Amino acid sequence: MRAAFFWASLVVGFSFLLISLVSGEIKVGVVSCLSGGLSTFGISSVQGAKLAAEEINSAGGILRQPLILIIDDNQSRSGETARIVRKFLTQDRVAAILGDLTSSFTMEAAPLAQNAHVPLLTPTATNVAITPIGDFVFRSCFTDPFTGRVMARFALDHLHARRAVIMTDIKQDYSVGVAAELKQYFGANGGQLMEELSFSSGDTDFRAQLSKLKAVRPEVVFLPAYYPEVSLILREARLLGVTAPFVGGEGWDSPTLVQIAGKSADGSYYANHFSSRDPDPRVQQFVARYEERYHAVPDALAALWYDGMRLMADAIERAGSDNPEKIRNALARTRDFSGVTGNISLDGQRNATKPGVIVTIQAGTIKMVERVNP
Amino acid sequence: MDQVILFVQQLLNGLSLGSIYALIALGYTMVYGVLRFINFAHGDVYMLGAFSGFMIAPTVSRLIPLDKFQEFTPANALLIIIGAGLVMIISMLICAVTGVLIERIAYRPLRDRPRLTVLITAIGVSLLIQNMTQFFFGPQPRAFPQLIPVEAIPGLGDLTVLTTQAAIILSTVLLLIVLHLIVTKTKMGLAMRALSVNPTACSLMGVNNDVVISFTFALGSALAAAAGILVSMDSPSITPMMGNLPGIKAFVAAVLGGIGNIPGAAIGGLIIGVLETLVVGYLRPELRDAIAFAVLIVILLFKPTGILGRVEREKV
Repeated sequence: MRAAFFWASLVVGFSFLLISLVSGEIKVGVVSCLSGGLSTFGISSVQGAKLAAEEINSAGGILRQPLILIIDDNQSRSGETARIVRKFLTQDRVAAILGDLTSSFTMEAAPLAQNAHVPLLTPTATNVAITPIGDFVFRSCFTDPFTGRVMARFALDHLHARRAVIMTDIKQDYSVGVAAELKQYFGANGGQLMEELSFSSGDTDFRAQLSKLKAVRPEVVFLPAYYPEVSLILREARLLGVTAPFVGGEGWDSPTLVQIAGKSADGSYYANHFSSRDPDPRVQQFVARYEERYHAVPDALAALWYDGMRLMADAIERAGSDNPEKIRNALARTRDFSGVTGNISLDGQRNATKPGVIVTIQAGTIKMVERVNP
Repeated sequence: MDQVILFVQQLLNGLSLGSIYALIALGYTMVYGVLRFINFAHGDVYMLGAFSGFMIAPTVSRLIPLDKFQEFTPANALLIIIGAGLVMIISMLICAVTGVLIERIAYRPLRDRPRLTVLITAIGVSLLIQNMTQFFFGPQPRAFPQLIPVEAIPGLGDLTVLTTQAAIILSTVLLLIVLHLIVTKTKMGLAMRALSVNPTACSLMGVNNDVVISFTFALGSALAAAAGILVSMDSPSITPMMGNLPGIKAFVAAVLGGIGNIPGAAIGGLIIGVLETLVVGYLRPELRDAIAFAVLIVILLFKPTGILGRVEREKV
């Protein structure tokens, strides 16, 4: 009896080994924040990547091999991403890595991938300092300075505003990064900054700043910050009688913003990577498939990770193998990849050149205003 | 806008912020009075107050449609005040019970241990409450339902005072009067004051110290809950971590006023609130959180007993 069990397990073991050796599979490590403070964003991102992988596999996989995602959760905690990426590199021996969600987590992952010469593509980390880490580090979204330029240009051309106030969240690299480029571009193109105000993440009382803001009567207020503070600022500003339109960036993108700000959010604009209201048929197809799979409307994060996953798969296909060096070279040659967030080309600095969208909030719902090309 | 009006506006803003700190600071100072220890979980009771309101408001709104009123009118004013008051009182009761439970479970067994042990336990309780709340409600900010219509009070010219700011200041004044009456006119208040002078003598006179301590925790926690509700009415975004900074700043306010001294805590809270608003308005907004701690350092260096505190001699 015992001998039979021994032989049976040996046979099973060997056959699994054989199957894995002969058939092969393409392994891609995916790391994001599935729990902890950033989980609402992280879950969207991984859902986008999974949907892309499922579509690729149901269409026959990559190079006739199934695409296997090894998904791990950094719990929104610093240090975890580095641990996970080490595991991807040494234990799972992945062909490429997709991640992380935020700039600071990606900063942990990128040097490790670079040292191991395994390509890493982040679909959402916007800080400029990421891709200079090495030639194996790629990004498929636009960067903070792009958001700043788009916001400034929109205020100048679309709102015809010249007198502006900017409010910056000095605790967030994102806010500071967008603001720097915005101020420069706005000033160089005929705009005038009346006042520069600042606050810190976690503040809930902005009356001191808003009282000053109201006194200079700006035509537009730039607010490149994240939605928890933005929603309260919009609300307090309207109650204090500030009537100028607010213009923000992708940090505004959350349903919570309208829940908290209510009708105070109406008439504001923000630049984003993606709008589910975009009439483009590629977008509408993606929205329909995503809704069918997850019963939710995809946000920008889901769309960006969906594109990132498909872009990676496309590069592996073009590389013709799962050799990390070849995938890197194929990624570097990405031109006009057709994604739901627009056509993506990767430039010499391994950053994406791609369009953004401007959306507005009207009666609590998001409406697309225009697509902005780089 | 005229500079004078802007200054008055900032003072008013500071006053409403300071009222919140005052309400929280009272809890610190009362507990310090009877137990000689800083209850670092107090800021989280304030957070629980906001979350209790978040849970109760929809139920009350089914009886009185608080979230539907667009503005105050003579006809609906009384109804709104009753409804909002109901939410506030129920939340205060919930937090009073929570405060008593925290003391009973976490602090009472350690009453005779070194004070440092209880202090560390308080930090543990604080983390426990924060993470439990995060577990049940998630870490992302939640929208607090409307309790009173938010609008600028008319007839003030260039000054903007919101109904919520007025509610904060008026409720604080009301609660301070009630607290004063409890402390000075009731037997329980007398026992509290006696306990803060000498616990041993107090129990020898037949006072049940445990009951008095429980009552103190209930009172302090109820005030913190009121602060939580008032703040959430004014800026309707609540998170499990919202009690951290206000809690610490209110602690500074209590030290500033003289820890253990009840009117001192109220005055300290108002000073910290006004200072903070003026610093943000006239100096640099990034110093907002630094100012409270700068005040703490100055106070500890030059007048450790605070504004109204008495020097306590170590008895040999």
